[in-house]
Amino acid sequence: MRIVHSWLQELVPVGPELNGMDIDTIADVITNLGLNVEDVARVGGSVAGVITAKVLRTERHPDAAKVHRVYVDAGDGVERHVWCGAFNMQAGDMVPLATPGTVMPDGRAIEPKPILGISSDGMLCSARELSLGDDHAGIYILPSNVALGVPYGEALGLGEEIVYDVDVPRNRPDGNGHLGVARDLAAKFGLALTAEPALIDPVEPARSATVKIVDGNRCGRFTTIVMSGIAVGPSPEWIRRRLSAAGMRPLNNVVDVSNYVMLECNQPNHPYDFDTLGGGGFIVRRAKQGEEIVTLDDVTRTMSAADLLICDADNVPIGIGGIMGGKDSEISETTTTLALEMAWFEPNAIYASATRLGLRSEASIRFDRGVDPFGMGRAGSRFVELLRLTCPDLVVHAGGVDSRSKYLPRPNIITVRPSAVSALLGKDFHADSIRALIEPIGFSCEQVDADLQVVTPTWRPDCTLEVDITEEVARHHGYELLGRTIPKSTVPGGLTPLQHRRRRLREVLLGLGINEAMPHPFLAADDLAKAQLPAAAVRLTNPMTAGDDVLRTSLRPGLLKAVAFNESHRQFNVSLFEVGHVYPPSDDELPAEFEALAVVLAGAEAADAVGVWRELANAMGWGARLDQTNVPTGTHPARSATLSLGRDPVGVVGEIHPDVADAFEVSERVALLELNLSVLLTIEPSDARWKPTSRFPSSDLDLALVVPHAVTAEKIDKAIRQSAGALLVDLQLFDVYRGAAAGDGARSLAYRLRLQAPDRTLTDDDVAAVRTKVEAATSKMGVTLR
Amino acid sequence: MIDQIKAARESALKRLAAAATSDDVRAVEIDVLGKKGTLTDLKTALGKLSTIEEKKQAGSALNEASATVADALAARLAELRRAERAVQLEIERVDLTEIMRRPKRGHAHVVTQAWQRLEDVFVGLGFQVAEGPEVETDWYNFEALNMPANHPARSMHDTFYVDHGSPGSTVLRTHTSPVQMRVMQTVAPPIYMIMPGRVFRNETTDATHLAVFHQIEGLVIDRGITLPDLAGTIEAFTKSFFGADFTSRLRPSYFPFTEPSAEFDIRTPSGEWLELGGSGMVHPNVLRAGGLDPEEWSGFAFGFGIDRMAKERHAINDLREMYSNDVRFLEQF
Repeated sequence: MRIVHSWLQELVPVGPELNGMDIDTIADVITNLGLNVEDVARVGGSVAGVITAKVLRTERHPDAAKVHRVYVDAGDGVERHVWCGAFNMQAGDMVPLATPGTVMPDGRAIEPKPILGISSDGMLCSARELSLGDDHAGIYILPSNVALGVPYGEALGLGEEIVYDVDVPRNRPDGNGHLGVARDLAAKFGLALTAEPALIDPVEPARSATVKIVDGNRCGRFTTIVMSGIAVGPSPEWIRRRLSAAGMRPLNNVVDVSNYVMLECNQPNHPYDFDTLGGGGFIVRRAKQGEEIVTLDDVTRTMSAADLLICDADNVPIGIGGIMGGKDSEISETTTTLALEMAWFEPNAIYASATRLGLRSEASIRFDRGVDPFGMGRAGSRFVELLRLTCPDLVVHAGGVDSRSKYLPRPNIITVRPSAVSALLGKDFHADSIRALIEPIGFSCEQVDADLQVVTPTWRPDCTLEVDITEEVARHHGYELLGRTIPKSTVPGGLTPLQHRRRRLREVLLGLGINEAMPHPFLAADDLAKAQLPAAAVRLTNPMTAGDDVLRTSLRPGLLKAVAFNESHRQFNVSLFEVGHVYPPSDDELPAEFEALAVVLAGAEAADAVGVWRELANAMGWGARLDQTNVPTGTHPARSATLSLGRDPVGVVGEIHPDVADAFEVSERVALLELNLSVLLTIEPSDARWKPTSRFPSSDLDLALVVPHAVTAEKIDKAIRQSAGALLVDLQLFDVYRGAAAGDGARSLAYRLRLQAPDRTLTDDDVAAVRTKVEAATSKMGVTLR
Repeated sequence: MIDQIKAARESALKRLAAAATSDDVRAVEIDVLGKKGTLTDLKTALGKLSTIEEKKQAGSALNEASATVADALAARLAELRRAERAVQLEIERVDLTEIMRRPKRGHAHVVTQAWQRLEDVFVGLGFQVAEGPEVETDWYNFEALNMPANHPARSMHDTFYVDHGSPGSTVLRTHTSPVQMRVMQTVAPPIYMIMPGRVFRNETTDATHLAVFHQIEGLVIDRGITLPDLAGTIEAFTKSFFGADFTSRLRPSYFPFTEPSAEFDIRTPSGEWLELGGSGMVHPNVLRAGGLDPEEWSGFAFGFGIDRMAKERHAINDLREMYSNDVRFLEQF
């Protein structure tokens, strides 16, 4: 919401010249009242070099589709040629021309830049380019009566306006009008608001625009006033200026006053031409499913039965209730009699309709937050007061209609206990001090015993509970003045054991030289198929980009894409890991989400992945069975294994299937480790027990074993450990040989056994005995010693 | 004999002084003190001297000469070894900036680094850490947080819905606040908890907005918790995380799940205010949804983005860079 300083000043006397407050201080005060001022801008001052010019004619160029040639007269009788990308002007229109050399507010310098070899003698400007508002749809067409060839600011009587760009929170609908901001400021500074406009004095003859509310739960109130003696023409300069500064394009006196009243009183309103209003009245009803209406913006909208229509008395739709008027509902230049309509619509339904229609208007954003159900009186008076400035013959007719349904909200009455307010704010507030803070912003209070009965102002529909009043008290007292205390935590702070173990896991992986990646948790539709993983997955109902709608069931595709990305940037042999959630489908209330770890080592082999697994298992105190007979999907069939705890698979170790690597356009071998951390991190490992280190010398025994292919190294490992007995302190596989010398169907595995006794130096006989025992144990497995 | 001793001694010392290598020194040792060395020979010849007095004098001279030569020998040997070691060391000279390989260290993701730093700061303030699912029910994400169906405040959240359960029942959490509710349901107060995690918003990504990012949420519920307690905790966090020369402020704002609500900003030492996050006193409806009596318990909650902390700390100009998984990015931090 753009709040214009001079407008605010008309409602409350703040400012350097009035109460000594400079602009930045006022902005801070507004912010600290909960209406965050995001920016203070000075707008509408003239841009030097921009002058008024008259369009003589326009002309297309056969080779230019997006721009056309506009010939203008800037008052010196010379025909000037300007290229222009907007097409909304016609001969005779007055437009702002930025002459060559002009520096625009955004810093751009205007040069006679040629297009198709034809130079441009300046630039025609939109309202936004001149900081006159947000409108950038076309060139800013000036009123036809402005002087020619003079600075446009002079022609428009533009003075600089200071504008506060305020982020109005949802619970402060009144902040969408200058009056709401002024009320807060007046209370804060102890100033009085400007007196309300004089009440309307309707006169005979009575003329009524009839109202029939069919769906009263959607429309709580609908009022109409008929006024005649209207002469449509330009608005006073100061109204135009303020509207421009507030981001609205001035049009004519009637539309401008309508907008002005909305921006001041937060009451959207609609002036209809009473002479052309079908049946001379209104019907407010829900739409029929599929009923169509062309809105002001010339778009045909299809209604649902939940949307509300404003129809004329002949039941012809003339607007979408609370959202936008119909195409033909606007007044025309020949309008002389108006029916001014102001209403209150049910906020949530307006929000739902506007969302469904994708149509957010100045009216809808106000109605869906809740306008004041009793604000039409002041808004109507203000409308008449302002329109009379340009229509001195304006007559307000008796016979105004005020139609209400039982759904019109009433003020809330809230019991407020000063003790409860004090308890939450950490400071003593008595009934009197609470009153002093909230009565100036429209709450009326009555003391009953120690408590207050607080009647909320109707422009604050958000206030329904005691705690809402507590916030008002805090806001107007000032959050900062409540002070700061630190609660004493009565629980011991810290990470849970699981969180500590997750940190340890990361440290081990980082220590192994593996980088942590964070791929996107959404996958493309074919990613799972490319990875040869099961297709079952949970999908996004409303993905951001069509296609990226699969919630990952594995971290693998994301990391493979990361490897491919790095390869494509000539980064090879990358090692990446990710700790993240995956979301397999489930029949339960939520998907079977769990936390997983995946490690990919590009340019590495399965053994490297096993090495990472062993290191992790050792550091984390995990044991798991490596089952190479159970090959996980999407992995190299001869180089991969399932890791299992009991019967439950908890991971995958090995290599990516080359077909999968191809599908992801990865050229390197990729070693892979995947673990289910939601299972493994819950395992509380027992602490390692100290084993005394022997002070006696150790002896090494090297054994070369010829092992049939069918026998895994793990089994040999186990057999050696069991047979060697207590003297074995370390066992290393240090060489693997496959070749003719090892014979058919076997390979040679060379082990180094480090033997040591805790209490003596080993003899040759001790070593020989171990050798004999190992030989005996392994020979049963078809192993021979070389 | 005395003269012979003197001569042998002088000759040995002269040769030692001239010795160029440790081998030369060893040759002197053999020639003078060895089995057939000159001084050894003279020792054997002692017995042939006639008088005791002569024997005494010669013996004493001989001992002195042997000791002197032995000392000189050791000294010269040490000297030569030092010189030889020095030569060897110089031969081994390398240019320490000539680096072919370097040990590889893994780099924790910038977001993880910020996440853990934040955890550590709050742990220091006496907080525990809780987690929750990223796919949530509508009830936890919205309804229990005082945002019933069709509540317009839901428009502040661009929600991803997932095809699971009945339509609209399941969402990707739009904030970490649903974990508040899960904590309230499972942990009896007092609660001093932070809840970091991944969140999702269906909005167009750009340099400062992501559809998938991370937040950290704080929740304190105890007896007599006040708005100044919130301000004080935010201030303590600000000083602890950013530095003693930073300060914070609360300003009124609106969130459906807190009342009163506040945005909190931090002020940098250069006087610039940065919007950090949202906060407020836990709304009584939220306490009730969590099974707590608002007349007995009160509390505050706050939340802010983790990714932005990393972005600011490392002056990363585009949040999307953090999720490129380009090792040239990852290895910078």
